[in-house]
Amino acid sequence: MNMLEVTGLQKSFGKLKVLKDITFSLKKGKVLSVIGSSGSGKTTLLRCITSLEHADAGVIRVNAETVFDAQNRKKESAAEKRRKQLAVGLVFQSFNLFPQYTALKNVTLAAELAAKEREDYQRNKKQILAEIREKGLRLLEQVGLSDKANDYPWQLSGGQQQRVSIARAMCMEPSILFFDEPTSALDPELTGEILKVIKQLAATHMTMVIVTHEMTFAREVSDEIIFMDNGVIAEQGTPDQIFGAPKSERLRVFLNKFSD
Amino acid sequence: MTFTAVFLQLLDGFKMTCLLFFVTLAAALPLGLPICLCSMSKFLPLRWLSKVFVWIIRGTPLMLQVLIVFYGPGLLFHAKLLPRVVAVLIAFIINYAVYFSEIYRGGIESISIGQYEAGQVLGMTRTQVFFKVVLLQVIKRILPPMSNEIITLVKDTSLARVIIVLELVKAAENLVATKAIIWPLFFIALFYLAFCGVLTIVFNMLEKKLSYFRG
Repeated sequence: MNMLEVTGLQKSFGKLKVLKDITFSLKKGKVLSVIGSSGSGKTTLLRCITSLEHADAGVIRVNAETVFDAQNRKKESAAEKRRKQLAVGLVFQSFNLFPQYTALKNVTLAAELAAKEREDYQRNKKQILAEIREKGLRLLEQVGLSDKANDYPWQLSGGQQQRVSIARAMCMEPSILFFDEPTSALDPELTGEILKVIKQLAATHMTMVIVTHEMTFAREVSDEIIFMDNGVIAEQGTPDQIFGAPKSERLRVFLNKFSD
Repeated sequence: MTFTAVFLQLLDGFKMTCLLFFVTLAAALPLGLPICLCSMSKFLPLRWLSKVFVWIIRGTPLMLQVLIVFYGPGLLFHAKLLPRVVAVLIAFIINYAVYFSEIYRGGIESISIGQYEAGQVLGMTRTQVFFKVVLLQVIKRILPPMSNEIITLVKDTSLARVIIVLELVKAAENLVATKAIIWPLFFIALFYLAFCGVLTIVFNMLEKKLSYFRG
């Protein structure tokens, strides 16, 4: 079953065409890496699928539900938009943790706010909040930060902050988790801990899309790889196909830059 | 004239200074927000209107504004004069709301777009993002410039004397004029110093309270 279906996605900023007719799909439980040089449209693709940008054309379906259709941008209620938004989670390059909250609160805040809309919230408030807290602690444990639950973001290293932000995204139980260059803002020695967490998630069959420059990692963790070049999917295949037998000259040139 | 007598008379003036300060502050703090929102509005005419308004208020002396609010309606429309204190308060509130609005705008615009986006992808409403994520960060950032502006207000209250509102400086001037003693004019500095000293302590406490996070 396809967890993600992107059809005919196009996006321009002014005269600059950043995405030119992008079509691909991803099966449930699979990991897709998107590689390509800067300016190839990787991040824009991610931002369109996660609704941070609106594509000019195309359809996006997550878990068999249409979350975006440029042809049919009917007025949806804000609540409906948010419900669809929650189908996807996003881990940012620059973490974007909320500085005034502890690691635990960063993870649980959105869930706590969403719980207020439950009709039984007033009656079971204590229990609901306790459950969310439990979940938050469990997620922090999963990313290896049980002992940092009460620390504020500034007290954490970059790698720890990024792990909190992964736990934060997981707390809303997205169908697909997106990563926008999750290790690019980190010192090289800290990237390992993030990649480890992502591998653990892959082992639990979390469907994930990862924009990355970590070629070794992409090869290891992905089921499928997309090479983007100049706003189109220039090549697509399994890690072995992409890294072992690149078909296009562009991909060969791109990969050569990383093998130095 | 005994020291006590002078002191009591100055105290009367100080009461007016306090009244002007607190009423202006209480009204200008919230009023700055709608002005700030207009200045950031995506609706161009509204934005330009508020930019022009900010330009006029910041571009003219507060003393002149006090005079215009007090005498203007009478000269232009033969309206009855406003009570003096009311006229001063109107001028002060508008003037300070405008300055506050610019500080608010700076604070809000300094928050990285990533904070809003993080809230959005976690399914928060725009209101939730503003109140639960952005607001406290804005408050932390604008605290130093706000302290500055509010301490300036303490001393700006002395401009009320241009339309004979009996605040601290006016009270001292009256003593100089009627009792032929000059020292009260210098003595009132202590009132201002004490007032600003207390405010400084309060602002330092607030800054300390918000120092548990960075960003």
